[in-house]
Formats: sequence, C-alpha cells, structure tokens
Amino acid sequence: MQIASKELSAVEMVKTALEKAKAAQEKYSVFISLNKEAALKRAAEIDGKIKNGENPGRLAGVPYALKDNFLSKDGNTTAASKILEPMKSPITATSVKKLEDEGAIMIGRTNLDAFAHGSSTENSYFGPTKNSKDAARVAGGSSGGSAVAVALDIVQFATGTDTGGSIRQPASFNGVYGFKPTYGTISRYGVVAMASSTDCVGFFANSAEDIDLLMSITAGQDPYDMTTLPDYYGADFTRGDALRGPAGPEPQASGSDGRYNATAPWDAEGRRPTGPRKIGVIKDFDIKGDIKDALDKKIKDLKSKGYEIVELEMPTLKYALAVYYIVVPAEISSNLSRYDGIRYAYRNSSAKSLDEVYGKSRSDGFMPENKRRIMIGNFVLSSGFYDAYYLKAQKARTLIIKEYEEAFKKCDFILSPVTPNPAFKLGEKTDDPVSMYLEDVMSVPINLAGLPSLAFPVGETKDGLSLGLQLIGPRRSDKALLDFAGKELK
Amino acid sequence: MEITREEIDHLAQLSNFSLEDAEANALGKDLNQIISYISQLDELDTEGVEPTYQVFEMENVWRDDEIKTQEADREALLALAPEQQEHQIKVPKVL
Repeated sequence: MQIASKELSAVEMVKTALEKAKAAQEKYSVFISLNKEAALKRAAEIDGKIKNGENPGRLAGVPYALKDNFLSKDGNTTAASKILEPMKSPITATSVKKLEDEGAIMIGRTNLDAFAHGSSTENSYFGPTKNSKDAARVAGGSSGGSAVAVALDIVQFATGTDTGGSIRQPASFNGVYGFKPTYGTISRYGVVAMASSTDCVGFFANSAEDIDLLMSITAGQDPYDMTTLPDYYGADFTRGDALRGPAGPEPQASGSDGRYNATAPWDAEGRRPTGPRKIGVIKDFDIKGDIKDALDKKIKDLKSKGYEIVELEMPTLKYALAVYYIVVPAEISSNLSRYDGIRYAYRNSSAKSLDEVYGKSRSDGFMPENKRRIMIGNFVLSSGFYDAYYLKAQKARTLIIKEYEEAFKKCDFILSPVTPNPAFKLGEKTDDPVSMYLEDVMSVPINLAGLPSLAFPVGETKDGLSLGLQLIGPRRSDKALLDFAGKELK
Repeated sequence: MEITREEIDHLAQLSNFSLEDAEANALGKDLNQIISYISQLDELDTEGVEPTYQVFEMENVWRDDEIKTQEADREALLALAPEQQEHQIKVPKVL
C-alpha cells in the first residue's frame, strides 16, 4: 500500500484517483457517485498532520472506493436501487470509520447489483459496470464496481460485501485479489443487509499483504453488531490463542505438533517449520478449459514447493446452490420488507392509499431480480412449503458444514476455482436467472459454512480475460490464509 | 412442481408488490424455473439431520444495561422518510 508522506502528498494522490475515476467512467461505469470535495478536504488534513509530524495513520491518504451499500455520512447510499435513491446516510458504517481513522480517503461509491442481488452488476438501477479487460463483458458481481476500480488502478483498495461470492467472483473476473473473511470477523453495522446469515464485509486489493493490513484494521468485535466475533485476527493461529473466547469448531492443521503458527519465522526454503503442508482439491466439481488448466498449473506449482495435494470427496457441495437460493431469498424477503415507501427515500408519487404506497413504491423501486428473490423467499417460507424447502435447506446446510469440517481434518486449506468460466458477455444471462445463479455454484458453499476465502489472480486466457482461483480455510484461519497466499500463491 | 398464476398473485401480495399482468407473467416464468432448480434438494437425504439457521459461533452476547447514544440523531433519521410533518413520518390515511 502506498501511503502519503512528506514526498507524496495525500492531496496529489486523491486528485490523481479522482481524475482516473472520471476518465474511466464513460467506458466502464465504475462509480455511482464521486466524493470529490470531502475527499480533497480530508486529504489536506492528512497532509497537515504529516507536515506537523503527527501520526497520519496506517492508511494515510490512501484513496479507496466504497461499495454503495455501505453507509457513510459522506454523501448518499443508494444500494444501486431506485427505492433508496437518494438516501442521505444518517450514520457511518463501523468498517468505514475504522478505515478513515487510519487516514484512508473515500473518493467515490461504486456500482453493484441493486441490493447486491446478482453476479454481474447488470441488475443495477444505474446500468452495468463493464469488465476491466473487455468492456463487452460483465464486471462480475455484485461488487462489480469495486473490483473494476482496483483493476483499473483507480484506487489501491475497495470495500465489498460477499453473501455468496460477490467479492470473489468479480475479483476473479478482473484479475485482482478479493477476500471474504470468516463470518462475523468485520462489523456489518452500517451496511445494507441482504442475507444476515451469510453477509460478510471484505476487500479488493492488489495483494494478500494489502488485504492483511486492511483486515488488521477493520476486524474485531463491535458493540453495534452483536454478530461480530471477539477479536482474533492477528493472534497466533494456535489452539488457545486465536481460539480464545467462545467455543467453536477448531481449525485443523498438519504441522509437526499438529498445529501451525502463522507468526513463526520462515525457514531457509521459505516455508514455516510448522506451517501448512496439505492442500485439498475438491474432486466433485466439473471443471473444464482455461479454469481447469489454471488449477492444474497451480497444483503442480504447489507440489513443486513441497506441499501435499489431497483429493477431497465432497458430494453434498453440489446441493449448496439450491440451499443458497432457498436460504438467502428467505432472509432477503425479510430484510427488504423495511423498504415500504414510508421510512426510506423513495415513494411512488401517484400512490393514494396506504396499500398503494407499499405496492407501487416497492414494484417501482426494486429491480426485477430483487422481486424474484423476495417472492422466492416468501414462497419457501409460506405455509405448505416451509418444510419442503426452507427447513430442508437448513438441514442440508448442516451436511455441507460437516463436509467442510471433515475436509479440514485432511488438509489445511482447500484450493478451488471461483467460477466455472471467465467473465461472460453483457446480456448473455440476463434473460435466464438460473443460468446466472449457476455462476455462483463454487462460491456459495463457503458462505453457507461461514468460512474465509481469498480469490487470487492466476493469469489470463489467450483472449486476455482474467482467471482466478480461491483458497478456502477453516473458520478463523483468515490471517494464516492471507499469510500463506502472500508467500506461496503469487 | 409448477406454481400457478393465482399463486404468483398470492406471492406478490405477500411481497407487497402491485404488478401489471405482463410483469406477473414474466416473474411467474422465472419463479417456476428457480423452483424447479431448488427442488433438486428432494434427492438429498436429510433424515435425522438438525437444521443450521446461523453459523455464528456464539449465542447470548451480553452487554451492560446502559444507554449508549447512537451517532444518528432524530432529525437525520426522520429526514430519511419521503414525507414528514412536525417531527412525525407522514403516511396516507390508514382507516
């Protein structure tokens, strides 16, 4: 991360980022709004601190992009929807506050699928963001704008949310790093809720090291979010330290003492003496073409570095997508019931009666994909279907979690594709919601189990499209995972 | 299973959407595709398995019973509503 200093002023960094953002907008539609005045004012303050010899913070003057489903008192939050346009944020998200306390400067709010429902950023009320490598293709989603903002080098990092792959898939489609932490690691206070049992805040950046820095700043318990874990990030990844606090499933590892320690020094060969040794690969996914080649190449590379590759049979994972598209719409139908045309932003002006205010504002304010998910949610929760769909899915979820627990007894991390294919063409899947959902088949199981996963770039196809893979760890192995990725996956 | 137009209308009502015919039909087609996909769960044996509703490892997170003021003030929260009057959110006649 390049931070401001006496030689490099924050104002210059912010000005450059704003110019790049403006220049890219027409071709790529990365941002929903820019935060020019406030950003320049903040930058001048940071420069003042540096001049006076005060501590400007670990992210001093670093321009960043905010996915537009985070609340920040700087400007309006839209969640890329009409129903929240414009909504002046009354609060600032805890994660945003922590970044800004360290001197980071938000230069703009990035585009997404409305309410983060989608895998392409085509479901935005403001139109789609384009892929950074090929503007005729999708950026991925839902955090498409954030991924492209980092890929085009407009900013050094961007925030995202990942409910079923919304950070990792666009990261893969644009050749950048994208991290979804263990469920509960970063506060969600001030983030527009989608599916509360899987929503996670995470980041896009250019390296695992940069993400580690962002995690060390933002992770931790928040009194305003009761689903945040007691601080564990950065603690030694050993029994009784990282795992202090509440009881839960313990990470399994295969060092000499059966545990590994993320802070132990590397040996002469560049490996931790008690570090991870075994990498799992899932046999059950049907992987073809460029993605398969990239995976095989990475496996070969890890083998040559002395890691053992363990084949995993995980037959329940193929049901994860069906589970996801039951559980998540159910939670969406509940979370989005608050947008009623009364409490937030938009109300249909022709509505006369109370029922019309609800009906017309919601019909008019949501995108088609929002409506599909709300209706599916109400379907799986309605009497007569609850047992067959919702309850069944939650039982299947238990089986998926158990399958991962078994897998992590055999290996330290799991290496997997993020998506079956590289970025698809704009419009290719918009008429067929199920084909769009199938994009998420390899990313959603992780969310259902609450695991951390890092998407990292592994080169390009012959047509120049980005390829990515993901590394998945046991719960709370976040630090060790990023550390391993920084050392071994470049 | 296939859901009927009546069921689509019922779901629209549960969702508080007022839909035009064309949109209801289009959504109905999509919903049937999605339901057909998620119905594959039928083949999975979940006999005797406990459901998992959340993956957060903790329960009953306590804090001291003291008032913590939030940064959002009343005016800012009221300002979110499309219509207000005298520090109240205004809605059409209910009864």
